[in-house]
Amino acid sequence: MFYREAGDFKTSYRDDSQTFPIKFDRYRYYVVLAVAFGIIPFIINDYWANALLLPFLIYAIAAIGLNILVGYCGQVSLGTGGFMAVGAYACYKLMTAFPDVSMFIHVLLAGGITAFVGVLFGLPSLRIKGFYLAVATLAAQFFLVWLFNRVPWFYNYSASGQINAPERDVFGIIVTGPNASAWATYLFCLIFLTVSAIIARNLTRGTTGRTWMAIRDMDIAAEIIGVNPLKAKLTAFAVSSFFVGIAGALFFAVYLGAVEVGEVFGIQKSFLVLFMVIIGGLGSIFGSFAGAAFLVLLPVVLKLIGVDLLGWPTDIVAHLNLVIVGALIIMFLILEPHGLAQLWRVAKEKLRLWPFPH
Amino acid sequence: MLDSSEGYVTEDGRKIGGVVMEMKNITLRFGGVVAIKDISFDIREGEIRAIIGPNGAGKSSMLNVISGFYVPQEGEVWFHGAKRPPMRPYEVAQQGIARTFQNIALFEGMSVLDNVMTGRLSFMKTNIFQQALWKGKAEAEEGENREAVEKIIDFLEIQHIRKTPVSRLPYGLKKRVELARALAAEPKLLLLDEPMAGMNVEEKEDMSRFILDVNDEFGTTIALIEHDMGVVMDLSDRVVVMDYGRKIGDGTPDEVRNNQEVIDAYLGVSHD
Ligand SMILES: Nc1ncnc2c1ncn2[C@@H]1O[C@H](COP(=O)(O)OP(=O)(O)OP(=O)(O)O)[C@@H](O)[C@H]1O
Ligand SMILES: [Mg+2]
Repeated sequence: MFYREAGDFKTSYRDDSQTFPIKFDRYRYYVVLAVAFGIIPFIINDYWANALLLPFLIYAIAAIGLNILVGYCGQVSLGTGGFMAVGAYACYKLMTAFPDVSMFIHVLLAGGITAFVGVLFGLPSLRIKGFYLAVATLAAQFFLVWLFNRVPWFYNYSASGQINAPERDVFGIIVTGPNASAWATYLFCLIFLTVSAIIARNLTRGTTGRTWMAIRDMDIAAEIIGVNPLKAKLTAFAVSSFFVGIAGALFFAVYLGAVEVGEVFGIQKSFLVLFMVIIGGLGSIFGSFAGAAFLVLLPVVLKLIGVDLLGWPTDIVAHLNLVIVGALIIMFLILEPHGLAQLWRVAKEKLRLWPFPH
Repeated sequence: MLDSSEGYVTEDGRKIGGVVMEMKNITLRFGGVVAIKDISFDIREGEIRAIIGPNGAGKSSMLNVISGFYVPQEGEVWFHGAKRPPMRPYEVAQQGIARTFQNIALFEGMSVLDNVMTGRLSFMKTNIFQQALWKGKAEAEEGENREAVEKIIDFLEIQHIRKTPVSRLPYGLKKRVELARALAAEPKLLLLDEPMAGMNVEEKEDMSRFILDVNDEFGTTIALIEHDMGVVMDLSDRVVVMDYGRKIGDGTPDEVRNNQEVIDAYLGVSHD
């Protein structure tokens, strides 16, 4: 019974709407932050950064973004890859046009530009819902990839058609290009993830989040009790695309360094992020972290066990990864639509009552 | 006394004010179906106004016209002495008209508290950037509105289910939460579409008491649809009777009860 809320009384409504109302959760949150900011940067190496940490941090930002749209506002989107591409190309154009500006500003602006594009592509959501909206966002996905492939201005007329991230810094610390060190890229992405998560949490616990969820649960009733559907849906598209755009910018500039748009930001990317949200838990910020961690870790762990330990052929292990993800998606959709986050909550519930069953 | 433009005094001594809402010659058609046929009536400040009639009479359609959800083909809606221009339902809500629904329309994925807090949207003035920051304006606003909501939660005696997801509640409590959400808006005019449908006697008594208390304590003007005649006669000051989209009676409960056309409609006398 060491995990408990008894004796942890709230004396004001403000305390009651804290992110972690139970003290134990709050401490664990501070510990995670301390480790992430204070310890990992000192022990990180290139392998850990590139194989696990950077993809996890960046996908978590994308998953938070998509979760706001799908999980909180109930607007299905299959265009995440395309919007990540908008973030990446916006960032590339800014980096090459204004080489002296801090990388921080570039990534933020890339998010802002993606938010604007997201609102444009979100306009159909005012008329269409569900399956039809999904198809419309799918069209956006293909259109955006086609656009970045076909208009040479976007890739600065480079012969390869690729975009390559030049070396850029933040306060003199290099965060992009081959000379960036692992700890710098890690911290750079971590800061974006932390701030994104806090913003997402603040928005979802307050007025804006409630209008999103009202639209998700019953849009007609929501409008009749005073929710402006236009404002609710378009803010969801804007905020969601802002985060997805930041993720795209980081994915290109900090993580990969070079991008061929169809390969990196294709429809598979849209599905991957959507799967993270479903497995992690629709309508949960924590779930976005869990889903990103799970899908980033899974192939690495499978390779470790399957290829390195058991000596299985690589392609078999890669297929196994797909089979497991597919099975999990079906399982979660049928059995637990709130994903890993809900499993975690249930486990905590049990722990709180342990050792007494009721 | 009813004709006085200044209002009237009820049998139990409550003062009823001037006209708050006036429906003028409303006609609403769905294709060939005429749901409302040239109906006029008014609702006065502080009064409990009932709309009754057999199934399919057009009662819910009338509330939907008031809510701005249905746009009548003919007729005018006057609110606070001014003709209401065409507006979206959320704009109507912002004018101070809140409502509940015949088939409960709560947000099933949210807690009771969040559902009721959603009712306070028109009091939320912070913008999205202030909310993203949370500290400062947004947090203060959330706290103030939470306090107002807690009062309503106390008033309706639903403290114990505050944090419960709405989807887990039994029917009777859902109806009560829906009333709480409407009250949270501190409406000038409260529309209730069959607030007691499907309830047992005890729940009906509770709900009647809440409706009377709301009217009494907050002075809220209420228009309600109800099938239970006993309840209607007890609660309401004036009654509109509808049948097949037409208005067949309008007056105090006693007047309406003794109206021959109303008696016929309820006894099912044939319509030709
Ligand atoms: N959206 C709609 N489309 C088509 N017809 C409608 C619509 N809404 C209502 N109607 C029709 O209008 C008429 C009046 O319906 P309404 O729901 O207003 O009746 P009611 O008096 O509330 O009945 P009940 O007591 O059963 O709730 C009915 O014939 C109904 O079929
Ligand atoms: Mg009805």
